[in-house]
Amino acid sequence: MTLDTSSIIKPDLPAIRLEDVRIVRSGQLVLDGFNLEVPAGKVTAIMGPSGSGKTTALKLITGQLKPDGGRVFVGDIDVCELDRGDLNAVRRHIGVLLQNGALLTDMTCFDNVALPLREHTELPDSLIEKLVLLKLQAVGLRGAAQMYPQQLSGGMVRRVATARALALDPDLMLYDEPFAGLDPISLAAVGRLIRQINRVVGITSIVITHDVAEVSKFADYACIMANGKVVACGVPDQLGSDDNEIIRQFLDGLPDGPVPFHYPAPDLETQLIGESE
Amino acid sequence: MSGEASQPWVIGAVRRLGNAGMFLLQALSGMKCSFFHAGETMRQIYYIGVRSLIIIMMSGFFVGLVMTLQTYDTLNRFGAGDSVSTVLGLSLFKELGPVLTSILFAGRAGTAVAAEIGLMRATEQIDALDLMGIDPLERIVQPRLLAGMIAVPVLTLIFNFMALLGGVVFGIGIMAIDPITFWGNMQNSIGLWEDFGTGMLKAVAFGVIASWLAVYFGWTAKPTSEGVASATTSTVIATAISVLLLDFVLSALML
Repeated sequence: MTLDTSSIIKPDLPAIRLEDVRIVRSGQLVLDGFNLEVPAGKVTAIMGPSGSGKTTALKLITGQLKPDGGRVFVGDIDVCELDRGDLNAVRRHIGVLLQNGALLTDMTCFDNVALPLREHTELPDSLIEKLVLLKLQAVGLRGAAQMYPQQLSGGMVRRVATARALALDPDLMLYDEPFAGLDPISLAAVGRLIRQINRVVGITSIVITHDVAEVSKFADYACIMANGKVVACGVPDQLGSDDNEIIRQFLDGLPDGPVPFHYPAPDLETQLIGESE
Repeated sequence: MSGEASQPWVIGAVRRLGNAGMFLLQALSGMKCSFFHAGETMRQIYYIGVRSLIIIMMSGFFVGLVMTLQTYDTLNRFGAGDSVSTVLGLSLFKELGPVLTSILFAGRAGTAVAAEIGLMRATEQIDALDLMGIDPLERIVQPRLLAGMIAVPVLTLIFNFMALLGGVVFGIGIMAIDPITFWGNMQNSIGLWEDFGTGMLKAVAFGVIASWLAVYFGWTAKPTSEGVASATTSTVIATAISVLLLDFVLSALML
């Protein structure tokens, strides 16, 4: 199969479409009847409690996971049907920021950002150098080009990783928990960066996050997941006034509710004292 | 998985061996010789080869020293102390050189490679490459595999040289064996191909085994601290056993 991958996102189609996806792991249903549509050209936040299947959804989009049922479309390409070569061709159009940045620790920031350009293009070194410096400038870290990842803070690592993900000018950016563990300054900087990149480069962005407070600042659209399903989608402000029990529990940060605080276990009294004689 | 845990260990071992074999074939079949990968391979030769030099040189020297001491002492009881260089050369070139170098290599460089690849998996660096459309086998595994295959035979040569030096220091320097007798006996009793050549052939085979097992255990390490620790231990144990077993098989075939 030969793909036309000049641009994988079509403006008249949803950027991402997951249809009736089912994932089974070790005999347990992780996702069942999972449907999701992400509009093209927008920043979409996918929120939900831990274990709700957000990262699983991201791995489906990038083709790291094959579903046990259903279909996953990026633009009009069904990624479940692709062989390794075509999947790699599609991945060159998708930038992914992993949770901890995942920079190669034996390379400088400059070399990390240059890596996809050196691997996938025939550009001369002088041009690659200029492009890398521009990408690093966009994330505010041109001055850290010759530093190694272990010399940077968590927020800086994620910004360099964002520059690397943007190196090939992707059509789609995926951010996996970009705000986790960041201080308020870094958090605001990363949020603003996501917004700016989407606006300036004109791409589609998906942000997986827990951070309810930040979402309305950068996202055009938000979906809330719980128990392996999408329970609500809409503009962030609209979701804030929704009365749905799960949405209220998540947005208001209630420890117990439809998403239980306790993992299923036998009765505490019975376990501690034992069966009465 | 529970299914794998409950199966007989023989089936588990055969399955693992099959997986390791498939992994090696996969890594070798896609090997490229681009400039970028040659540069990365050279870098790995430095990290796993050049940085192993101290342990290889020191071990080689002391092995030569001790071997000459023990062999001279035994041979001297039969009035054949001057033949020590024959025993030293034969045992070094044919057996000890390649075997000890590979086991030392596994301990010094194999563990480092396994831990590095295991940590790269644990910190999602391998996933990141995959997501950039870069084949991690090509970028991570092949340069290390190739570097190990090149480094072990070269290190074996250096080990042999240092062991000979140890032999010379003890035999000629301390026991005052006549240098012409020492070198003459060695020259007369050691064949270039049948002794030295077969030893180097073994070094090439052991280099493949040592680097293959290191990258395999690193690649399949569980992404946890326990997983990485287990991968490094398995690398040393599996390499030592495989090298000793293969040494016996090759020695029997080459007799």
